[in-house]
Amino acid sequence: MAAPETKIILKHADNEGYDNSIDCYMKHGGYEVLKKALKSKPEDLVQEVIDSQVRGRGGAGFPAGTKWKFIDYKSGKPVYLICNADESEPGTFKDRQIMYKDPHQLIEGMMITAFATKCKLAFIYIRGEMFNGARILERAIAEAREKGFVGDNIGGSGYSCDIIVHRGAGAYICGEETGLIASLEGRRAYPKIKPPYFPAVMGLYDCPTIVNNVETLCHVKHIVDIGGKEFAKIGTPNNTGTRIWCVSGDVQKPGYFEYPCGAITLGELIYDVCGGLYPGRALKAVIPGGSSAKVLRADERYQGKLRDGTEFDWSINDVPLDFDSIAACGSMSGSGAIMIMDDTRDMVEALANINSFYAHESCGQCTPCREGSLWMKKITNRMIHGKARKEDADLLYEISKQIEGRTICAFGEACAWPTMSFVSKFKEEFEAKAEGDDAPKGEASQSKKDSDYSLI
Amino acid sequence: MVTVNIDGKDIQVPKGMNIIEAAKLAGKEIPHYCYHEKLSIAGNCRMCLIEMGMVQKDRETGKVITDDEGKPQVRWMPKPAIGCGTNASDGMHIKTNSETAKNCQNGVMEFLLINHPLDCPICDQAGECRLQEFATDYGRGYSRFVEKKVVKPKRTVLGPRVTLDDERCILCSRCIRFCKEIVDDDVLGFVDRGSYSTLTCYPGKKLENNYSLNTVDICPVGALTSTDFRFKMRVWFLKRTKSICTESSVGVNTTVFSREGQIYRITPRQNDEVNDTWMSDSGRALYKEVEAENRLRRFQCKGSSISSSEALIRFKEIVATGETAYVGSSHMSVEEQYLLKKLTELHKGPVYWLQHIEEGDGLLISSDRTPNMRGALLTGLIDNLPGDDLKALGQKIDAGDIKNLVVYHEDVLKAGLTEEQIKKVNVLYLGTHVNETSKRALIEIPTLTAFEKSGSFINQQFRLQKFSQAIPGPAGILPDINVLTRIITLLMGSDDTVTSLDLIWQRMKEEIKEFSEVSFRGMPETGVLLDKSRFEHIKFPEGKTLHYEPKNR
Repeated sequence: MAAPETKIILKHADNEGYDNSIDCYMKHGGYEVLKKALKSKPEDLVQEVIDSQVRGRGGAGFPAGTKWKFIDYKSGKPVYLICNADESEPGTFKDRQIMYKDPHQLIEGMMITAFATKCKLAFIYIRGEMFNGARILERAIAEAREKGFVGDNIGGSGYSCDIIVHRGAGAYICGEETGLIASLEGRRAYPKIKPPYFPAVMGLYDCPTIVNNVETLCHVKHIVDIGGKEFAKIGTPNNTGTRIWCVSGDVQKPGYFEYPCGAITLGELIYDVCGGLYPGRALKAVIPGGSSAKVLRADERYQGKLRDGTEFDWSINDVPLDFDSIAACGSMSGSGAIMIMDDTRDMVEALANINSFYAHESCGQCTPCREGSLWMKKITNRMIHGKARKEDADLLYEISKQIEGRTICAFGEACAWPTMSFVSKFKEEFEAKAEGDDAPKGEASQSKKDSDYSLI
Repeated sequence: MVTVNIDGKDIQVPKGMNIIEAAKLAGKEIPHYCYHEKLSIAGNCRMCLIEMGMVQKDRETGKVITDDEGKPQVRWMPKPAIGCGTNASDGMHIKTNSETAKNCQNGVMEFLLINHPLDCPICDQAGECRLQEFATDYGRGYSRFVEKKVVKPKRTVLGPRVTLDDERCILCSRCIRFCKEIVDDDVLGFVDRGSYSTLTCYPGKKLENNYSLNTVDICPVGALTSTDFRFKMRVWFLKRTKSICTESSVGVNTTVFSREGQIYRITPRQNDEVNDTWMSDSGRALYKEVEAENRLRRFQCKGSSISSSEALIRFKEIVATGETAYVGSSHMSVEEQYLLKKLTELHKGPVYWLQHIEEGDGLLISSDRTPNMRGALLTGLIDNLPGDDLKALGQKIDAGDIKNLVVYHEDVLKAGLTEEQIKKVNVLYLGTHVNETSKRALIEIPTLTAFEKSGSFINQQFRLQKFSQAIPGPAGILPDINVLTRIITLLMGSDDTVTSLDLIWQRMKEEIKEFSEVSFRGMPETGVLLDKSRFEHIKFPEGKTLHYEPKNR
């Protein structure tokens, strides 16, 4: 049986009678950690976060403390904090729970982070579609400002920092940190080349900027509360703290669940927590980290060595849910969005759906992603409409290899990895598309294997 | 200077130089589209992807770790890096033609071509298209794309001189960066997203600044085309001639494209000391004056055509009859001005000069709208800035002191002389176009435009620059140096008609001290900076332009 949830961030959010007002928050001990942090030295707070080994919850999993250490204080330019509330990764819906139900936790986390990193101004970049969320956040910030937790002279400490809520306008690429910064500045959301535009050195308005995910900033509050080393005891080494996993797809009880890293396996999550698959169905594939992550095939055996040298030999149900284990299986835990597919799902159609998303969301700045994503979409669309060719599977794979690693931002990997993994793990389905009943039926003399399309 | 290892060979490059330039120094070409020497780095075409690595240094001692053979150990980056965005630093290793780099080039080339329309037969850029060139050199050679291509607007009129074909655009953003950074006219931008991104003008605005045709030059494909040149001629039929723009004293270096005696277009030539790689639109349109309606094509005396030899004899006879005043022009080349000076010394008379000053645009059009005013200073025709009008000459004419007036290329009626004053003198006109003065001239001698002769100009930096003949002049018109030499020899009583630029330069080098070290034939591409110390006291009218002060004096 699976362990029960360890709700740290979502401790109060779904409880009966809890609302998103500041009074309710403060009744449950809210803003006490901020008061404690304001009495500490900023460098000590940064050290706590480093000791906690907390990794970013936005998708990349980069250690937050290390990111804070990169801030360029020598230039004398003001430092900015941006909370990345763009949550657009397909399958992810954890940040909105925090923002809609417990926004003050985010605000407290942001104020502690701003104080620790000596920020001048903080922003929350929230995706345009969450207009209610933006309203809730603005109301919460106004409440907090009234009580002196945001704005001038926070808590009487002499430190001032305000929070501005900025709404996006419907672009996945605004979740990329440099794309977000460009959008915040009012320009087209074109990610910037790194080097030289690392946000910690040259970010918003070319000033040092910290961009962190909503969940990460909430963790900062809890790290300062219990101390970095205590926090590091939750979870496993290098995978510390709790994570909110969003489960969607072919399970009976989809939803979001908070567990310490490594405390639960995939099988336990699917079968014990989420009520298992629908009767009569078998598990076929799992995408463990938002659609950008590589797919895991259900009947495959996962073997190899972990970072600390221990060998593992897992079925898909044995994979522990944290950063490193899923990475060791050849995928990534990304934003924590687990998408379950059972055997009624056609992999080619699933990939066509995913490719359509990436082709639509590509910003168009660099050649491989712009042209490649649309090309892959056109191929998979053609395949699901009955005009697949035998060579399409290899072609898709080669196109995705041509995109990966050659682009300005990680969107190249994001649009290439689904195709790469689907085609390599489920190759038989892609090749079968060219031969099955879906294949074009030409003249009687034309062999079933020939398609109407030929190379130019 | 740092040491960078490119494809196995070490070379010394300035620190911070980007890898595309460093590879050029090493003699290697890294293909690129969006990178341009004079614009900011965009890094979005991904064509210049190369493998990059750094030598491994021992953390404590800082010494380079070497393998058994003594070669430094290199840690190669896991992902390829863009050449334009990578700056050279000590110990960097670059591979431009490894398997990975070639794979990247093949891949990016393929991606660029999948939505590119099959327009080569009708596209102006064919023959100078970087897509064609890199596809042959760095492409895969065959296509694997069997889907339908993206369709975009095909003949957008961006402005009065530029037409855009969106389907051909590879979204390199060079035109956008040029308009924003060089001209400060931020009218171009992308709209829509992904593969449907389209270049447009800001709503309600047009691409009509006086440097819009430079975007056509820098566009690596045939997306931005010159409306004037569109569909006129294939570029491989065109002959290229190096010339200098006569629009202003900046002396923009140009290339004149012509075929069979007709000019089709003018583009800028790179000269980092004068005009970088840019040129104004108004300067490009100057080739139209060659075939203008009012082109002076015949030697005329009192309105009727005569032969050239007769015209020159009559010219000499009239000049020899009395006091002759000369009005020269700053459009003359240095050699012609030297010959005019010889003429004024042989048959002494006052020399008058006009200046043509308008407001400079701060970029490549200076306020002095003539190309060679300083040539007149150096050859001794004038010793200070010319005036705005010819009132002093008019007074002399009224006083009866002047019998003949030699006018070279100017319109004296616009410069302050009156009809009555003109009637009092014999006007001898030399010029390229008909104007009010030439209509009242006793003798009209047609001359050649700067496209039809060779010579040199001295620009605002006191830089001597050569220009070459691109097309032959209209039938029967003699080059200016021949005309002036013939007049001189006639006045001297000799039958000698031989002259050439080399002969003129031989003499100029002896007589004018600033030219003593100059070799006309061996002049470098960027021109020769002359010693301007003789003229330090003159307050020249030009203000700041792109390179008013030369980089190295």
